[in-house]
Amino acid sequence: MRLSKFAPRHAVNAGERKTTSAMIASIAPDGVPTRNAPFGHTLARLAHQRPGIVGLTADLAKYTDLHVFAQEHPDRFYQMGMAEQVLMSAAAGLAREGFTPFATTYAVFASRRAYDFICMAIAEEKLNVKIVCALPGLTTGYGPSHQATEDIAIFRGMPNLTIIDPCDALDIEQATEAIADYKGPVYMRLVRGKVPVVLDEYDYTFEIGKARMLREGADVLFISSGLMTMRVLEAAKALEADRIDCAVLHMPTIKPLDTDAILAAARRPGRLVVVAENHTIIGGLGEGVAALLMREGVTPVFRQIALPDEFLDAGALPTLHDRYGISTSELVRRVRIWSQ
Amino acid sequence: MADETTEFEMPRAGSNVSLAERAYRIRRHAVRMGEVQGQGYVGQALGVADVLAVAYFHALRYRPDDTQWEERDRFLLSIGHYAIALYAALIEAGVLPEEELETYGTDDSRMPMSGMAAYTPGMEITGGSLGHGLGIAVGMCLGLKRKQSDCFVYNLLSDGELGEGSTWEAAMSAAHHKLDNLIAIVDFNNLQADGPSTAMLSSEPVTDKFEAFGWHAQRVDGNDIESVRAAFDNARGLKDPRPRIIVCDTRMGKGVPFLEARDITHFIRVEPNEWALALEALEKGRPQ
Repeated sequence: MRLSKFAPRHAVNAGERKTTSAMIASIAPDGVPTRNAPFGHTLARLAHQRPGIVGLTADLAKYTDLHVFAQEHPDRFYQMGMAEQVLMSAAAGLAREGFTPFATTYAVFASRRAYDFICMAIAEEKLNVKIVCALPGLTTGYGPSHQATEDIAIFRGMPNLTIIDPCDALDIEQATEAIADYKGPVYMRLVRGKVPVVLDEYDYTFEIGKARMLREGADVLFISSGLMTMRVLEAAKALEADRIDCAVLHMPTIKPLDTDAILAAARRPGRLVVVAENHTIIGGLGEGVAALLMREGVTPVFRQIALPDEFLDAGALPTLHDRYGISTSELVRRVRIWSQ
Repeated sequence: MADETTEFEMPRAGSNVSLAERAYRIRRHAVRMGEVQGQGYVGQALGVADVLAVAYFHALRYRPDDTQWEERDRFLLSIGHYAIALYAALIEAGVLPEEELETYGTDDSRMPMSGMAAYTPGMEITGGSLGHGLGIAVGMCLGLKRKQSDCFVYNLLSDGELGEGSTWEAAMSAAHHKLDNLIAIVDFNNLQADGPSTAMLSSEPVTDKFEAFGWHAQRVDGNDIESVRAAFDNARGLKDPRPRIIVCDTRMGKGVPFLEARDITHFIRVEPNEWALALEALEKGRPQ
């Protein structure tokens, strides 16, 4: 809820050290290994084998890790300036001429500002454009101008578009290669900078359109995408102490949904189904799963972990993740309540 | 750079057909399509017919039987509702068969009311959401340069389309990337859905604006074939790193005097008995 204009949002205590609203706060928990710029390094490597790959950005190469590609392949990089409409239209034109353009910007700008251009210039004709966007959901403390809390809701209604929400550095690396080889338009959410590596503990490979059961469990079935898969894996470990046995189904492809995997997992009796997403509660993975289960007559107890239908506060990410219920500790707290 | 003569004009029989005769036939095809539907953007088609005659029978390099030919010049129609005019030109060019004009706008036709790439051979892009064509052209020009191709990309846009911000993003981008293989053509009939374009959101002075954006700009009477031909030749022959634009002032309904004189609107009203009269009027003005 928004407070009155200019009123202090929270009590300010003299001398208290405040957390800051860093632009790209690392989402890596303490002690978790990371890899630097997995998208940029993977694309730069792939471009050596695939001469059709070109990169475009709208003044955000450094902030989408595309600068790694640009440095390695300067003649295949197009700086389009702060102009997201021509970024997408030009990517469409390059795809028409047989190239595989990777166009990057922030998720807010792609989804809100350039929608018509992605829809009509790219998706309507299934052109081979990859739209890769940083700051998905709540991954910046800059407030609503930069927080793409509804990007998936916006894009899910667009025919022909594949939507990818990878979890960690490993997922990003494999997804980048997979979408480069796939012929058709793709929107991929990107965590940039130092990205945690967590899926190496599991027998995991990314495949477009496929969910993966990362761990099994008898009491709770988490269905999650993006960075929320890291959080539910941590929550699942924490909940072992409460003797709550959690399964984790990771859904890096939001569209098309892996309906077989969801139905098979949700049909197993006696499990609470919790969909966790870094996105508004409206129009994202949770609603997609809910509608599927209703259509198929599968009716487990169903809960959602998602951002509220609000313009969110500015602030430090850890504070905001706690405030809006997507931190690991909030996840654990809620599941305990739901499991009583 | 493209040859002075087109792939189409020289090798084929009938190359002695004048551009004025081509324009007449394009108008006739368009009026016949309008008659099928009892409506349509016939006013625009009549107005832009001379420009299309010069484009398709003087300037463009293409193969009527291979619309995906890699060496073709690309012609992008931003203005989806001008499809009737482009279908008429494609029929005259031999890309579409003439008898197909009777399907215009009907169910399952390859010729829908608003132009779409997936429906029609020779329709390079899906237009209709205005302000897309020039940006797509920028990407195609970049791609052609990557391939070291000498093909041109033409984009026909409307004066109303100059109101879209994306057109100006693309205009800046084209100049920034020195796209001398891009030729934009504006059909300036000064009419959009709610009234005169210059009274809705004026883009004047158009050529000054494009020059300030780093373009080579020309403005001609778009219903004077010789002027249009000279402008196309100039745009294609320039040794200049700038993208080129030709603003063509045209008259809605051109060639059918009673439609030219009508209180013209974006969607011109033609009574059922008037289609035959329109064809008669065109025939009267047919070049000898």
